[in-house]
Formats: sequence, C-alpha cells, structure tokens
Amino acid sequence: MSTAAQVDPAAPAGSAGPLAHRRPLGDRVFQILAAAAGVLVLVILALIAISTSQQASSWFSTAGWSIFTVDWNPATNNFGAMSFVYGTVITAAIAIILSVPVSVAVALLLTEVVPRRWARPIVYVIDLLAVVPSVVWGLWGNLVFAPWLYHIYTSIASGVKGIPVLDALFGQPVSGASFFTCGLILAFMITPIVTSLSREVMATVPAIDKEGAYALGATRLEMIRGAVWPHSQGGVVGAVLLGLGRAMGETIAAALVIGSSPVITSHLFAAGYDMPAVIANQFGEASGEFRAALIGLGVMLFVITIVINLIARGVVERSARRKRGA
Amino acid sequence: MQLRYRQQVTATGVSVVALALTLGACSSSSSSSPPSGSSSSSSSSGGSANLSGTLNASGSTFQLTYQQEAIAAFKSIQPNMTVNYGGGGSGKGRTDLAAGTVNFAGSDSPIPAKEESGFTGKTILYFPVIIGPITMAYNLSGVSNLKLSPSTIAGIFSGKIKTWNDPAIKADNSGVSLPSTPITLAVRSDSSGTTANFTEFLVDAVGSAWTLGSSSTIKWPSTARAASGNPGVAQVVKSTPGSIGYVDYSTAKASGLTFASVKNKDGSFVAPSPASATAAADSVTPKADLTFAAVWQGGANAYPITYQSWDLVNAKQPDANTAAMLKAYLGYLLGDGQKLLEQIGLAPLPTSLDQQAVAQLDKITS
Repeated sequence: MSTAAQVDPAAPAGSAGPLAHRRPLGDRVFQILAAAAGVLVLVILALIAISTSQQASSWFSTAGWSIFTVDWNPATNNFGAMSFVYGTVITAAIAIILSVPVSVAVALLLTEVVPRRWARPIVYVIDLLAVVPSVVWGLWGNLVFAPWLYHIYTSIASGVKGIPVLDALFGQPVSGASFFTCGLILAFMITPIVTSLSREVMATVPAIDKEGAYALGATRLEMIRGAVWPHSQGGVVGAVLLGLGRAMGETIAAALVIGSSPVITSHLFAAGYDMPAVIANQFGEASGEFRAALIGLGVMLFVITIVINLIARGVVERSARRKRGA
Repeated sequence: MQLRYRQQVTATGVSVVALALTLGACSSSSSSSPPSGSSSSSSSSGGSANLSGTLNASGSTFQLTYQQEAIAAFKSIQPNMTVNYGGGGSGKGRTDLAAGTVNFAGSDSPIPAKEESGFTGKTILYFPVIIGPITMAYNLSGVSNLKLSPSTIAGIFSGKIKTWNDPAIKADNSGVSLPSTPITLAVRSDSSGTTANFTEFLVDAVGSAWTLGSSSTIKWPSTARAASGNPGVAQVVKSTPGSIGYVDYSTAKASGLTFASVKNKDGSFVAPSPASATAAADSVTPKADLTFAAVWQGGANAYPITYQSWDLVNAKQPDANTAAMLKAYLGYLLGDGQKLLEQIGLAPLPTSLDQQAVAQLDKITS
C-alpha cells in the first residue's frame, strides 16, 4: 500500500512520500472511529425504536384508533392515551412559559450586567441546581412544596371564582399535586440548563458588535436588542427546545407531583397525569395488553420528542439563515 | 505459590459468577440463559445438607419485608447460600420467571390467562407464603371505632358517598355521631397487588354494585388523592382530615393510623389483625395447585379484606443444586420463617394450608 502512494504521479516528489503515507493511516483510523461512534448512536436509537414498537404492537393492533381516546382503564382493558399526551403537553408548556423568561433574563444578567467576578459565583449556584437529582425535586415537591402550594391554590381559586375564563383555569384544587405543581417543578429543573446554554451563546457575541451599538449611542437595553439578541436568538431557541425535551421526558419528579389522575381538564390546579409518570407508576404490575400499552406510550413519547427536535432544528436553521441574510 | 494462585482464580471466578447473577437479576428480561445456582459442589437434595450458591427472585412488594427478614435469618441456617429478592411488583416477577431470569417469583395473584402463553410447556408451582389484611384506614377526629359494610365501602370508593354523615355510614354505626366532613379518598398511584385484591374483595362482596372493576390499576374518581406505595397512601390519610384509604396492615400499624372494622360474610364486624387474617385463610378451600382468594371468606372471626402472596417456581429445575436450594429456602419460608410474620404485621398461614404447601415441595425436581 505504501508503494501505491509512492508511485502516485500526482504526489509531489521527495519528502511528501512518508507524509502521505503516515497521514492517511491516522486519518482513516480516526474517520472509522468517528463514523463508528456516529453509526452506533443511530443503531442504538433504531434498536430502541424497533424493540419498543414490537412489544407495543399488540396495543396498536387491538386498540386501533382508540389509542387516541381519553379512557385509560386497565380494569376494563381500555387504553386511550390522550389524557397522558395532554398532561405532557400542558406541564411542559407551563414549565417553558415560566422558565424561559427567567432563564434568558439571568443569562443576560450574567453576560451583560454583572461584572465577571460576580458572575462566577452566580453561575456556580445555578449549575448546582442542575445537579439536584430529579427524585429529590420530586420528594421535595411532594412533601414540602405541594402542601404549601395547596393553600395558595385555594386562595387563588376563591379569588377568581365566577370570573369566566380564570375560573375554568384556576378552580378549586383537590390537593397540592396538580398539572401546575408539576409544571413548576419542571420549570425549576430546566432553568439551569436553559440558562447556561443561553449564557454560553450570548458570551459569543462579538465585542465589536456591542461596542458598535454603544458607539451609535445605544442604551444598554437597545444594545441588547440590537446586537446581543439577533446574534444569540437561534442558540437560545435551541436551548429552550432542549429544556422542553427534558421537561417532557422527566419521569420520577413528575410521577411524584402530578397527582396521577388520567383526565383532560382545563383546570390547571387539578390532578393530572403525563406519559413518563404513568409508565413509571403502572409498569410493575402490568401484563399483556396493559404492558404493551405502556410501552406504546413510550413509543409515542419517543416520536413526539423526535418531532420536536426536528422542529427545533428547523427553527434554529431558519433563524440562522435569516441572520445571514440581514 | 501455585496453590494460592489457583485459589485466587477460583475466588475471582466465584465472584464473577455472583456478579453476573446479580446483574441478571437487575436486568429484567431478554437475557436468555436461565440462572442456575452454579459454583458449588453438587451436594445432594437432602434438606439439611450444606448448600451453596445463589437464588434470585423478584416480584411482589407485599412480600418484600418478609423476604428481607427471612433472607437475613436464613443466613444462619445456610451461610453459603445467597438469596436475592428484588421486588418490582408481581407483574415484573411473573415476567422475569417466564423469561427465566429468576429462580422464583413473588406474586399476589395467580398467573392471569393472558400471561399463560409465557409459561407453555412449564409446570409452575404455587407456594402460598404470607397472608395479610388490608385496612380501611381513616382520619376522622372523634370517631375511633368506625364500622363499615362492603356496600358502604363500595359507595365511598366509587365517589357516591361524599360526606361522613351519609345515611349509609350512619346505618353501619348506629349511635355514633358522625361529622359532615367531606370524604377524601386516598388511593394508589402505582399499580399494585393491594389495589387488585381490595377491588377483588369489592367485586366478590357487592357484585355489580361495584362498577369500577378489579385490577391492579383502577380509574378512581378524579377527586381521589393518589400516592405511591402503601406508605404514600398512609401519609395522605395521616395528613388529610376526613380521608379514607386502603393500606396494608403492617404499614397502617407502623404509621399509627386508625382503621375501621369491616363487616364479613357472616355479618359480623371484624377488625383487621394477623389473627383475623389467618381466620379468613382458614376458611379457604384451595384448588389442587394451591391457588385461592382469601378475600370475602366465611367464618365468624374472618377479616374480609385479607390477601395472600405466593412464590412461583418452575417444577423442573436445570440442576440438582438449584432444586435443593429452592426446597431449602421455600421450606424455611413455610416453616420457621412463618414465626417472623406476626412482628412485621403479617399473618402466618393456617396449619392445613401450610402443610399442603410443604408437601408440594417434593414436586420441585431437576
């Protein structure tokens, strides 16, 4: 093989010989390793998808379109998944709505407002939030936070009684465990991730852009709007969607604070259920079609997550393209 | 030098096997080879012989406390035998047994019809090991001796009876002044053999008047407060005035909860206790394979919401040592181990049932 490199007429004569011999080998090994790692991820994903859909197939085939109903009742063998999909969407939406403004504001604070030597301890504290295990969030939510929230919910409910839309959203709770509590806990859990990713993107804004904005007489707010935001928009959207993925997939914390009641209701203070929580709660005693339905919920969650990731990619790419055009 | 080296290799080999078996017990299904109690000199199946090896099991969490106590005590009888009991729920235990990843499985109910396909060609032996009452635990200040009939319980748990001074509850408790406090239901959020047996009791006792069916997971009224595990439900009952929940006796006792007397098949109100649970199991006529349901049994002193748990074993074992180990351990669970039960809030098997189970041990062969 080395002779082939040496007789290659295109190769420059002399010292290029050994170089050309050595580099392709290292390159090739690296290429194979990198490709293998990439393919491995895809293979694992494919295997997960195949084996779970296989085990869930009896649910999809016997239940048919009724998987898109609300009635989930193992006692009568009805397995409709929509109340769980609804719960997943609602809790993730609450988490995102509550967490994103705070995360972006904190990221801006750390990069644009606070001097660097003060920013560092704040970053440590926020990163510390990210290492709290989810079961700790769940137990704290269940034993401390939810009972405390119950009183707040009760007073909000009595405050909005009779007001058309608000009454339907914030009605009288049964207990502290609810869609809203779950959304709050999820918001706590995803804030550190969204914050640190946003902060990293904002830190890459060229100083020259910012100085340019100041030179044109911009205030700090105008500078952030004109220089920092357009540059980091795509990255922040990506960070938010990563947080969304985490919020939708969070299992044990959700299982502990969501209230475990498979219903679709506009009442955010009512006990609900989401997809990961029902799998965690009910898998132990499940058998037959019940088990297939729970695995099928996992497949649905998998599909929903992939769709959201694809949308995320699309959004980020489009905003990047728009920025390049501008 | 060489000798020591060989010993080291053996020791490493043993620990690798043990590790593999432990891992096998952790990963639920898929691994195809059934674990055999390896790594031992083939001691014959004599009960008192010194056995060594590992037994792995998973399943019913109702059995978990008993298994833990029994495993600790069994160490002094067979010091070279290791028994691992993994919990995870009856459904998981049966799935693991069907996949051949465990030596025995704990289950609170017999193998349901839809799972039988996993056991074709195998003979599964049922060994009843424990009996226990499920209490109607409640939190109602000033009422310490509540009595409930099955139809009242059905009304409460289907959400039809909403307050404590409902006429149905009053009828069960003549002469007791009941407050108008609204009833809060405390139920299980996780699927559970406790739920399955509690609802089985309601189906047996009140028939079609109970409309929510019987299953390990029930679609409770949406006002019910769900919590995970018996301790979770106990916690809800303890912290919520006006609440009532179904909690297994040992947990209710440990949490200091008050519980109701329940009207049994003979029409008398009986409080839950190990003795009244054993009385219920005494009236049981088990089938040939030793399956039965202890709920809603006759007998003046029988507590009607009594449930049971079996250890499920393959009659045909891969080798003589595994069969011997299973006989030794299950023999202990049915023998001296039964004495451990009362102190952990469970009830021993009635003598006749215990003897039938012990006699069945000989059906385990290799």
